[in-house]
Amino acid sequence: MGKIVLKSVRKSFGEVHVIPSVDLTIENGEFVVFVGPSGCGKSTLLRLIAGLEDTSSGIIEIDGKDATMLPPAKRGLAMVFQSYALYPHMTVRKNIMFPLKMAGMDLAEATRKADAAAKVLNLTSYMERKPGQLSGGQRQRVAIGRAIVREPAAFLFDEPLSNLDAALRGNMRLEITELHQTLKTTMIYVTHDQVEAMTMADKIVVLQAGNIEQVGSPLDLYNHPANAFVAGFIGSPRMNLLEGADAQAMGATTIGVRPEHLDISSTAGKWTGKVSVAELLGSDTFLHVNVEGHGSMTVRGGGEINLRHGDTVYLTPQAGKVHRFGADGKNMA
Amino acid sequence: MSTQSSRATARLMVAPSVVLLFIWMIVPLILTVWFSFRIYRLLSPERNGWAGFRNYTWFFNSPDFWLGINNTLLLVGGVLAITIVFGVLIALLIDQPVWGQGPLRILVISPFFIMPPVAASIWENLFMHPQNGLLAAGAVGMGIKPILFLESYPMASVIFIVAWEWLPFATLILLTALQSLSSEQLEAAEMDGASSLSRFRYITLPHLTRAITVVILIQTIFLLGIFGEIFTTTQGGPGSASTTLPYMIYKQALIAKDIGRAAAGGIIAVILANIVAFFLMRSMGKHLDA
Ligand SMILES: Nc1ncnc2c1ncn2[C@@H]1O[C@H](COP(=O)(O)OP(=O)(O)OP(=O)(O)O)[C@@H](O)[C@H]1O
Ligand SMILES: [Mg+2]
Repeated sequence: MGKIVLKSVRKSFGEVHVIPSVDLTIENGEFVVFVGPSGCGKSTLLRLIAGLEDTSSGIIEIDGKDATMLPPAKRGLAMVFQSYALYPHMTVRKNIMFPLKMAGMDLAEATRKADAAAKVLNLTSYMERKPGQLSGGQRQRVAIGRAIVREPAAFLFDEPLSNLDAALRGNMRLEITELHQTLKTTMIYVTHDQVEAMTMADKIVVLQAGNIEQVGSPLDLYNHPANAFVAGFIGSPRMNLLEGADAQAMGATTIGVRPEHLDISSTAGKWTGKVSVAELLGSDTFLHVNVEGHGSMTVRGGGEINLRHGDTVYLTPQAGKVHRFGADGKNMA
Repeated sequence: MSTQSSRATARLMVAPSVVLLFIWMIVPLILTVWFSFRIYRLLSPERNGWAGFRNYTWFFNSPDFWLGINNTLLLVGGVLAITIVFGVLIALLIDQPVWGQGPLRILVISPFFIMPPVAASIWENLFMHPQNGLLAAGAVGMGIKPILFLESYPMASVIFIVAWEWLPFATLILLTALQSLSSEQLEAAEMDGASSLSRFRYITLPHLTRAITVVILIQTIFLLGIFGEIFTTTQGGPGSASTTLPYMIYKQALIAKDIGRAAAGGIIAVILANIVAFFLMRSMGKHLDA
């Protein structure tokens, strides 16, 4: 079980109100991702749930019980830190068995559980090594192993993959997703990686300056961003946000068009511009186009497009794919 | 320093200082060995000729010798135990965020800046003195007979004074080690259900082993030669209850003015130091590797 409910949770460090007020419900078994710009309070929120920070006010419920005042160990949650936080003087086996030892489990049982976890995580041949003798990905797996042996009500991950290279990150992403599918335990995952958020989450929570901007499934957020901030934050490359006459013509303060929702033509279209940079990725081409009256816009085209610096292109937004935002930034649709 | 040529260059570059240091060490050592086999008394005309091992056997047969060795080791062991136990505790305490942390830390460190004879005098005259001392005043105030610290417990008193002087050093080294412990490790242990005692036992203490090793090794070197505190307070007494090996050497050199015997005592001290160092490195050297 692992249903977590936050009710008007606030957190201030002295005069700094890092989290003004957050209400959030995380259902049992859900994979929830917190995203947001650096310094928006993702880690703080996670640490509040873990119990590593005290709330300034508000209630945190875990499985229907008020856990606001419980110490971290009593909350039944496991956390994987960005720096792994392995115990450097203990072997991998001892690291993984540490929570069980602290819980007073007998040695045979603890060893059996540690071996089982090691098998799931492909760590069996490293059990007698110290963390210093492991690669980044292996350390990450040990940290996860230490978390899963406890059979926690929920896992908390704070940017667990940010220290890994791109290829390994892709692998670990799959492994964590698979782990979630096998264990079916609630997971809360902090990241600022678009791809991780979109591919792993059942539910994404977008934060800005400690406030929740929107909560929803990845496609929800992609298709129906609640406001201009979410629109700009979710999706890669970023959505083009335009102001001025074109926006007013549609009755909005700002309009947004995703790079993949712009049609490119060499003869005619709504906007005219010159290509400044063409990024050829093989499968796709990202064009950065200097559009008259709007500045730089990003366009996503097929891999076969043959445009280069200085070429003139005409861009037209696809019908029904334009998002309109009012003066308060809210989506008007 | 990985390639062969860079290693060779490195050796060449450090060679002059190694040679200099070697001469610096070996000349006094050889001179001491030389004197230790000579008859060399400043108070008598016979200053020539070989003594054989007589200077050494005199030491071994001296009634104070084994007591002196014992006291030397007791001093080293006692001071190490006190400074490490209390050093860890004080370091843990002043690592906490408290008001006035800066001045507090300076206060904790300050005994280290006081010269040994001054520190010993302060303790002897202001605290432990049976008539004028603060401790005696306290005892009288409570209606107890004042304890004659330096007379009744000379070794314990000396150990206490030396520990007081060296506690700041241990605290300082342990504090810096403590500050390098990542808070995430402690938080991870906290989430793993470790009580604060277990966190200390399984996370903090292993993290401190290297610093503790450094403290033990450095302090042992200095503590083996402690002299000023004994000279200032007990003069090795009462009787020879607080005589240590360095104090015996001092008595031979500057009171009996027998250079030959003093040199023999010096060589014995060097051998003792090497035995201690050997066992220390055997048991703790591995903690120094990263
Ligand atoms: N102990 C603290 N004392 C004062 N301010 C703090 C403290 N911890 C965090 N903050 C502030 O709270 C804000 C949120 O920090 P937090 O670490 O939660 O950000 P984040 O969203 O995790 O950022 P990142 O993506 O860079 O990790 C920051 O502005 C930070 O300066
Ligand atoms: Mg963070």
